[in-house]
Amino acid sequence: MQESPKYWKGIEELENSPEFLHNALSEFGTLPVKESHPSTDDTVAPRRDFLKLMGFGLAAATLASCEAPVRKAIPYLNKPEEVDPGIANFYASTYFNGQDYNSVLIKTREGRPIKVEGNPESPVTRGGLSARGQASLLNLYDQARLQSFAINGKPADKDQVDQEIRTKLAGVTGRIAIVSPTIISPTTKRVIAEFAGRYANTEHVMYDAVSQSGLLRANGGVVPGYDFSKAAVIVSLAADFLGTWVSPVEYASQYIVNRKVSSSKKTMSRHFQFEPNMSLTGANADVRVAVKPSEIGKVALALYNGIVGGGAASSYRNAQLTKAINELKAAGNRALVVSGSNDVAVQTLVTAINAALGNTGTTINPAAPSYVRQGDDARMARLVADMKAGQVGAVIFYHANPAYDHPLAADVKQALQNKNLLSISFNEKMDETTSLCQYQCPDHNWMESWNDFEPRRGALSLSQPVITPLFKTRQAQESLLVWAGNPNTYYNYLRNNWRGVLGGNFQAGWDKAVHDGVAAGTLSPAPATQIAPVISADQAAGEIAAAKPGSGIELALYEKVGVGNGSHANNPWLQELPDPVSKATWGNYVSVSRAMAKEQEWEQGDVIRVTANGKSVELPVLIQPGQAQGSVGIAIGYGREKAGKVGDKVGSNAYPLAQLRNGAIVYNVPVTLEKTDASQPIAQTQTHHTIMDRKPVVQEATLAQYIKDSKSVTEYDKISTPEGLEKPNKVSLWQDYEYKNHHWAMAIDLNSCIGCGSCVLGCQVENNIPVVGKQEVINRREMHWLRIDRYYSSDTHKDSFETEGKLATYALMEDPSDNPQVIFQPMLCQHCNHAPCETVCPVLATTHSTEGLNQMTYNRCVGTRYCANNCPYKVRRFNWFSYYSNEKFETVNGHMFTDLGRMVLNPDVTVRARGVIEKCSFCVQRIQLGKLEAKKQKRRPVDGEVVTACAQSCPTQAIVFGDLKDPNSRVSQIWRREDGERGFKVLDAINTQPNITYLTKIRNTDVSNFFAPEAEHAAKAEPHNA
Amino acid sequence: MQHVSPVRIPLVTSGKTYHDVTQDVCRQVEAKPNIRWMAALAVALFFLGIFFYSVYRTLWYGIGEWGLNKTVDWAWDITNFVWWVGIGHAGTLISAVLLLFRQKWRTSINRAAEAMTIFAVICAAMFPVLHMGRPWLAYWVLPLQNTWGSLWVNFNSPLLWDVFAISTYFSVSLVFWYTGLIPDFATIRDRAKGPIARRAYALLSFGWKGGAKHWSRYETVSLILAGVSTPLVLSVHTIVSMDFATSVVPGWHTTIFPPYFVAGAIFSGFAMVLTLMLITRVVFRLEDYITLEHIALMNKIMMITGSIVGVAYITEFFIAWYSQVEFEQYAFINRATGPYWWAYWSMMTCNVISPQLVWIRRIRYSIPATFILSIIVNIGMWFERFVIIVTSLHRDYLPSSWAMFSPSIIDIGIYVGTLGLFFTLFLLFAKFFPVINMAEVKSILKYGVDNGPTYGGNNTGAQQSSYRPTGAPASAPVNYNKHD
Repeated sequence: MQESPKYWKGIEELENSPEFLHNALSEFGTLPVKESHPSTDDTVAPRRDFLKLMGFGLAAATLASCEAPVRKAIPYLNKPEEVDPGIANFYASTYFNGQDYNSVLIKTREGRPIKVEGNPESPVTRGGLSARGQASLLNLYDQARLQSFAINGKPADKDQVDQEIRTKLAGVTGRIAIVSPTIISPTTKRVIAEFAGRYANTEHVMYDAVSQSGLLRANGGVVPGYDFSKAAVIVSLAADFLGTWVSPVEYASQYIVNRKVSSSKKTMSRHFQFEPNMSLTGANADVRVAVKPSEIGKVALALYNGIVGGGAASSYRNAQLTKAINELKAAGNRALVVSGSNDVAVQTLVTAINAALGNTGTTINPAAPSYVRQGDDARMARLVADMKAGQVGAVIFYHANPAYDHPLAADVKQALQNKNLLSISFNEKMDETTSLCQYQCPDHNWMESWNDFEPRRGALSLSQPVITPLFKTRQAQESLLVWAGNPNTYYNYLRNNWRGVLGGNFQAGWDKAVHDGVAAGTLSPAPATQIAPVISADQAAGEIAAAKPGSGIELALYEKVGVGNGSHANNPWLQELPDPVSKATWGNYVSVSRAMAKEQEWEQGDVIRVTANGKSVELPVLIQPGQAQGSVGIAIGYGREKAGKVGDKVGSNAYPLAQLRNGAIVYNVPVTLEKTDASQPIAQTQTHHTIMDRKPVVQEATLAQYIKDSKSVTEYDKISTPEGLEKPNKVSLWQDYEYKNHHWAMAIDLNSCIGCGSCVLGCQVENNIPVVGKQEVINRREMHWLRIDRYYSSDTHKDSFETEGKLATYALMEDPSDNPQVIFQPMLCQHCNHAPCETVCPVLATTHSTEGLNQMTYNRCVGTRYCANNCPYKVRRFNWFSYYSNEKFETVNGHMFTDLGRMVLNPDVTVRARGVIEKCSFCVQRIQLGKLEAKKQKRRPVDGEVVTACAQSCPTQAIVFGDLKDPNSRVSQIWRREDGERGFKVLDAINTQPNITYLTKIRNTDVSNFFAPEAEHAAKAEPHNA
Repeated sequence: MQHVSPVRIPLVTSGKTYHDVTQDVCRQVEAKPNIRWMAALAVALFFLGIFFYSVYRTLWYGIGEWGLNKTVDWAWDITNFVWWVGIGHAGTLISAVLLLFRQKWRTSINRAAEAMTIFAVICAAMFPVLHMGRPWLAYWVLPLQNTWGSLWVNFNSPLLWDVFAISTYFSVSLVFWYTGLIPDFATIRDRAKGPIARRAYALLSFGWKGGAKHWSRYETVSLILAGVSTPLVLSVHTIVSMDFATSVVPGWHTTIFPPYFVAGAIFSGFAMVLTLMLITRVVFRLEDYITLEHIALMNKIMMITGSIVGVAYITEFFIAWYSQVEFEQYAFINRATGPYWWAYWSMMTCNVISPQLVWIRRIRYSIPATFILSIIVNIGMWFERFVIIVTSLHRDYLPSSWAMFSPSIIDIGIYVGTLGLFFTLFLLFAKFFPVINMAEVKSILKYGVDNGPTYGGNNTGAQQSSYRPTGAPASAPVNYNKHD
């Protein structure tokens, strides 16, 4: 066979190399990627590996591009022994900043304070706590706090500051002054004394922003040891002792002892109040007489003449005054007269009256005077003058802010401009005074400090640090010690100082004192046995009699329960706490009577210029029933310039209107008023003020009627049925719930509630309730779960229906009386057993628990607000905005925006999202905690173990919370005892069956003006005293 | 086909033929949009823009953008909701109830009235969703299977009943309306010249061929849907009224609400139909189809329902007095004499007094007077809902919580925005859909006119021809009832 010729296509085929052979067999050539066979072929990238790498790369790039939130959960390396995550610790401590004294318990979670509660161990405050005390917690986390030592505002090293100050102090010519508000810490005073020992010529000047120097001068330098609990007749001359005067929590808890009634104790003290502004105390008085500020002295004189002076003629006459004199006399040594005046003459007369009545030893305890006011106006005025004259070489401001809160603020500011004056401030913030000082040496917050207190002789208390100092601050006492050259820490210093009082085993006594927060004993020098009066009573009487009565309009400056003297102005909780009487928030105003507004043609909100002594402020008008004719009221504490972003420019500063006269600050001055063109809305949480004769809402009766028949004081709604009139709950569409284990309920005694607002703040802090700011309050969208409704009586009642006609009567009923009676009613979710809100929610976001609670499931809520519309009590609150992230709220609700501020939030309570309804939960987190604690110990919770935040903070125990399933619980007893007597349910007739029982208010007056006389069974009854 | 008395005034005037009807109705669908329509649409779109802006503010920042407060938790939102739902009712009443009653005059207006229903319900449905704090969870009001175990909706809540009522109402109305549109879409499809129009209308007409079976089914379905819709006329607003009637709020808690709301709904619905019809007949030159007789008839219905509403208002006051319940009495005294007295008296004037003018024949037959009256009634009915909602809430049980409500700019924006939405939809409808039901109108044309060649050939003077308008009811089942 002939071999067929071979054709080759190229030289490669001819050569027939293995490489050629390999390629010839592969039809598609070599692919850049192929299936993975790394063992056989590693020259090409395997497809699967490629995909893996691509996938990983993509995922990694994607993940890297989105920033994961940094969660700062740092585990304990060495867990502190007593700190368990999720379990709260309580530490006893004391809050006092020159205003009201509170012995407290501080609740901490994971080492951060989240709530302040009253300390029941305290003999002074007896477990009560003021709104300011509650809110002081937020000051700890205030962004405006100075975060380190500074020289002229520039942060500086502590050692450098110390060195400079010590050098300068050593070389100072002239006096060294330490300016502070009242200091009730004996050990601090010792530190100051030691400092004074090191630097001769040191003077410690105390002044109070709201001065009681007249009271102190008339009583030998102390506030007499008032005991309202022993008083059957109380006459107060413009002393707001339940709200702001001297020691309101202490006085409120005493006062209420004789105000509580029950069918077994049908006695009550009688309380007369003579005052120009409608104060919280005046609102609680049985008899309130509105008098011009200049007439307070005349009232005191008339009392003096009536009681001591044997009935000499007085220029001031009033039927109620005569009655007060008679009743004081009749009460003998169980009477008490107090006065808020800063005039030593008035206070001298008051002291004389009390002495003449024999009150010393009964309603005034001479062995236990109060130390909470020690300011001396004259010394401060002299110091300011000396500073101005250049006679002072150094001044140290210890929590004092005279550039804002002193009538001579302008002089203080001017003096601080002097470069030769060494000026140092311990204040926590860069306030008006501190910002003018050369050295800022910020003190620790009180929660970061050790200290002791003696508010009342013989009642000591301690404060202890509950958190590591947040900033590079140093306790002021320690600064003084350092500058005095004492190497001791203040803690040791304090312990050493206490060695004398505790006696016995010091360590055990100390531990107990720190644990309890309080101890008996005194560290103060013994009071003078014989008080030499500054002026005699006769002299005082003559002085007052000679004073010409004011003819023009007079201004009465006053303090608000919330913001007080203004040192807490940067606290949004306090700014938004409604004034107990006017219900106004966020700012001050000129309160005028309706008659004056009508006469001057002013409307509420019109801005008027108030001028006194050449200084003026411009503020909107608020029409205040009860304002004395010819007087106006303005609150101090507002108009801060350097409080921080919350408090700055809220309202106007009224301190400059106060005057210094004869070495005392006078808060009542003649003013001229002038309308401007401006108008400015006032943010009130309540804009309708009368009860409109609605007995189903709130009930009250006179003591006489209660004594006559305790079953007649409360009216119960009855429903017509074929079987006759029945109780509303007998006629029901719904099946009743059966509570097997617990049935939580509350009782609120309207007789005990003084309307102070402590519960409102307690609730706000406990439940992370946002602050909404002035505009949103004007829009009527405040978020408080618990509010205190305040009603004024009206002159018109339903009995005018016949004569005036219904329309005219209803219109007139909207107007409060000129000097109305006032009633306070805490209003919160009633936890209805037949809740109107529960039936209307389309998604079952609000449901009933097996323990009687009306529960709100935020997660399920879609926000139709139908429940809020259908709630007859209007206690449901809607989250109109995202209060924790909407920049509109960054100023007022800033603590929910920053890491620092968020430390204040209660981790047991959700911060609610926008668009959901929220409301009172009966502090369900506390109920759960109480149940769990009991369960761990295999027992049932005992009564008083589970307390809501509001009940906890009430200084007068008006709110009682507990389990109805426990027949011996206090709430069960009250419900049983008062059923048919004082106990009533709000709006009983609509059969919501609330789990809150209110107790009818009993007034120790001749008549109750609240409701139509036909409902007044005992209108003609005789006045009755305890 | 059916006997009509020669002395009866024809429902459609000017001796229109079948072809004329087709011509007249299809004209605006086929013609280029005219300038007036464009201008109207521009205005409507502007308001729609306001709507979107207001909704954006509401969704982004929250309900706080509105004027509501802790006391008045519903105001313009639910007022608008009830108002729009009420307006929708006329459409259903005209198309369903009047169909069952064989009221032939309805044929000229039912299409537009039904469209109005649909658009009004769309506008109404915006509010229950928008007024929620968390509208993105609106689906939670549906009884859906969920991952939360046994978590279900609350069948006790009137709001849930609303969800069912409104969704049922919307679906039935939509189906009813669309069914009626199918033959007319087919007519337009057959006449369409452009490829897009032909495709689009072919799709919309579901392959309608006009066969006898088609017509038979069409009539049956119409009748069934009319039967289904009729109770909805009563039930929807009854349920809406229960949002209020089942509550405990004085002024809401009233047993008279269901009939009162239904009457009010028909009242306002007819007012809105009149407003729209009076504009449409002029803009699209449909005076021969929507005649003065139609207007007078609708005026009468408006007057009757307005009177029912008036009686209801007075009854409420009587019951408040008769009950001797303090809160109830105050709620009504406050309504008439309190801070919102102006709203109450606007409502009384607009709803009770003004419709009584219809007793006067000249007003009944006057187009300008009717137009003004219809607007007044619309305003009055809006105030009725505002009065019920806001004046009852703003002063209820506890005087401490009494408050005033004033709307924010966003409240107003959303309201006028829904008007923009409504008119945008209506204008689009009027341009692209046949505004009059051609098929049904043709069934009521008087005899004795030349209707042109028809398939049946039994018309007077008709010539056999291959031309057959698809929409003509040539082989429609004949209604042998006398046209009375």
